[in-house]
Amino acid sequence: MFKEIISRLKQGYRTMEFPSSEIKLPHRFQGLPEVNPGAGMGGCAEYADVCPTGAIAAPEGKPVLDLGRCIFCGKCAKLYPRVFNFSREYKMAARKREDLFLRGEAFKRAATLDEAMKRLFGRSLKLRQVSAGGCGACEADCNVLQTLSFDLGRFGIQFTASPRHADGILITGPVTQNMKLALEKTYAAVPGPKIVIAAGACAISGGIYAGHPETAGIPAEIPVDLYIPGCPPHPLTILDGLLRLLGRIE
Amino acid sequence: MTELPRLSHLQAAGLDALAPLPPDDFYKAAAGRLKAGGRAVSYFGFPEEGRSAPLENGSAGTRLVMILAFDAERRLEVLSMSAGDSFRALTPDFPQLHLFEREIAEQTGLRCDGHPWLKPVRYPLKAGSPIPPGTADFFRVHGAEVHEVAVGPVHAGVIEPGHFRFQCHGEQVFHLEIALGYQHRGIERRLIGGPGQLTSHYLETLAGDTTIGHASAYCRAVESLSGTPVPARGEFLRALMLELERLANHTGDLGALAGDVAYLPTASFCGRLRGDFLNMSALICGNRFGRGMIIPGGTAFDLDHALIKELRLRLDAAFGDVENAADLLWGSSSVMERFEGTGIVSRETALALGLTGPAARASGVRRDVRRDFPAGAYLNLKAPLPEDAPESGDVRARAYTRWLEIKHSYELINGLLDSLPSGPVFAEPGAMKPESFTVSLEEGWRGEICHTAITDKAGKFRSYKIKDPSFNNWQGLAMALRGAQISDFPLCNKSFNLSYCGHDL
Repeated sequence: MFKEIISRLKQGYRTMEFPSSEIKLPHRFQGLPEVNPGAGMGGCAEYADVCPTGAIAAPEGKPVLDLGRCIFCGKCAKLYPRVFNFSREYKMAARKREDLFLRGEAFKRAATLDEAMKRLFGRSLKLRQVSAGGCGACEADCNVLQTLSFDLGRFGIQFTASPRHADGILITGPVTQNMKLALEKTYAAVPGPKIVIAAGACAISGGIYAGHPETAGIPAEIPVDLYIPGCPPHPLTILDGLLRLLGRIE
Repeated sequence: MTELPRLSHLQAAGLDALAPLPPDDFYKAAAGRLKAGGRAVSYFGFPEEGRSAPLENGSAGTRLVMILAFDAERRLEVLSMSAGDSFRALTPDFPQLHLFEREIAEQTGLRCDGHPWLKPVRYPLKAGSPIPPGTADFFRVHGAEVHEVAVGPVHAGVIEPGHFRFQCHGEQVFHLEIALGYQHRGIERRLIGGPGQLTSHYLETLAGDTTIGHASAYCRAVESLSGTPVPARGEFLRALMLELERLANHTGDLGALAGDVAYLPTASFCGRLRGDFLNMSALICGNRFGRGMIIPGGTAFDLDHALIKELRLRLDAAFGDVENAADLLWGSSSVMERFEGTGIVSRETALALGLTGPAARASGVRRDVRRDFPAGAYLNLKAPLPEDAPESGDVRARAYTRWLEIKHSYELINGLLDSLPSGPVFAEPGAMKPESFTVSLEEGWRGEICHTAITDKAGKFRSYKIKDPSFNNWQGLAMALRGAQISDFPLCNKSFNLSYCGHDL
């Protein structure tokens, strides 16, 4: 017992303050991209070709970056630094799919749930995580929120073992054909009213697996309440998104 | 006996090295070499010239390739045959081939004769045979008071999907069968005709926690086929990233093992420390999993003096804390009571199944790609495996092996930083040679990664075969549960911590 107490003193108090202005991400971290449509150089077809996941389009000659498809590889910014730039901003969750299309305007961060839902879940939200394809990195960054560094529990948010105990599901992965049924059953098993969160480029758009016949995507009958972009999203991006949804951060 | 062509690790060879033997000679040679202690590193099929891609064909014209390793002699061999519409299973004599042969049957449509348990591996989409995963017959035990427990694909934790079917008598597990395939997203098929825009991203996400391991194996394959010499500094940085990946995952596993026996101090400390190691990767390349760092020709980022200084500071602090957390674990008798004698995999079983990585080493099978088939910075590294390694094959051995490897990786990283060569980190890779093939091995944190690349006339991938260490090791977990209590499953599972997505591809 004494050894454990001495260890605790040695290891120190390690839970980060959140939200906090002190949080500094590494210099090479690629966060929320910024699009500068004014810097376009005529025909924008080449922007679109640069992106491995087809996240960039150029309707009417103006570049548009789909944050839901972006895997933050930084290739566009390397080739067209005047048009695309990756900031170190980690706050980038959104409530609507269309809010993820970046056109150079201020990013619309996730808004709070409506009053009735906020009253139900604002101080206690239990989520069942459903891993449906993908590479396991999104799951790893959800798991890390449960460590003492982030201490998700202090915000009243927890991952549950059963969908029966959950207020909603958090989906990761492109939803493979082989996981579609399990996802539908898990969603059905959650008592309503319920929340659905899509975390990571795969869950939002199929990510790098978009268009594979082996993947199905989130079925239309499962409406998504919160989109958390990233490949994978940084744990802070997930935490920020969850707290905004619950109205704990404005 | 036919003399088998010898193969050099990472030396591109012409396709004549894959000249097919007559089938009977192939089976005889394969059996002879496996009996002589050979280990199947990879065994796969690809379509003969002019045939359509695997899965879309379903019959004649498949070339089978078996890559064999003799670890102690540091020797690789290859043998090949051309299959008409079927091939003969060698699994009854050599269990290590069981999943390879099932995979060949599934991917090529060849009939596999004599396989004792021929089931789908990943339940891929196939016109005309839409089998949902987990629904094929399971091996069943019958009798009074025998019951079956089904778990998954959605598990209790935040974890990937898989299905586990236990045959139990009370608490005791007679048999565990593991059905995977839920994460199958069709990566191997998309690599054919590449490299393309997505290729490196597919390779980095075969298993998200093994980004560096798989990206390194891929880059070495491309470099060997294109004859690209990677600058020494680039090689050192790659080794550094690989060892950081090992540190992060092994530390996380020690914590998770502690958590599974409700020993919270080590669980809590290691959960944080794993993140600290991931953040070191982010310090180097911006991404916690090392995405974008390893590229054909070298690395995408370099370290300057300030970064090296910062890295050393963080590394020393984190290692000191891991040491402290691990000391607590080994010193706790209640933890040892749960770890010792739980989930034993004997040396014979480990050898018969061809286990790799820490799971094999913990059962006394001392294979390690870094020592047996070294490449890059490992060629000159003094990296002897720890001598006092446990061999008992239980949860404690698998946990303690991880701790020894944490210490080892920490020393390796310090050595790499001490002797970091100057110069560039990247050399532009040239075009890949046409009609060639190469075998690329890497010791990922879970064990041996094997990528086998074959190019077509245009120097593009005609076939790209991936083997994640989990492919070898899942059966090890099933065997660890034989005779164990079902309540020990989470602990045994964590002691292997295998990848679902790396297996399912």
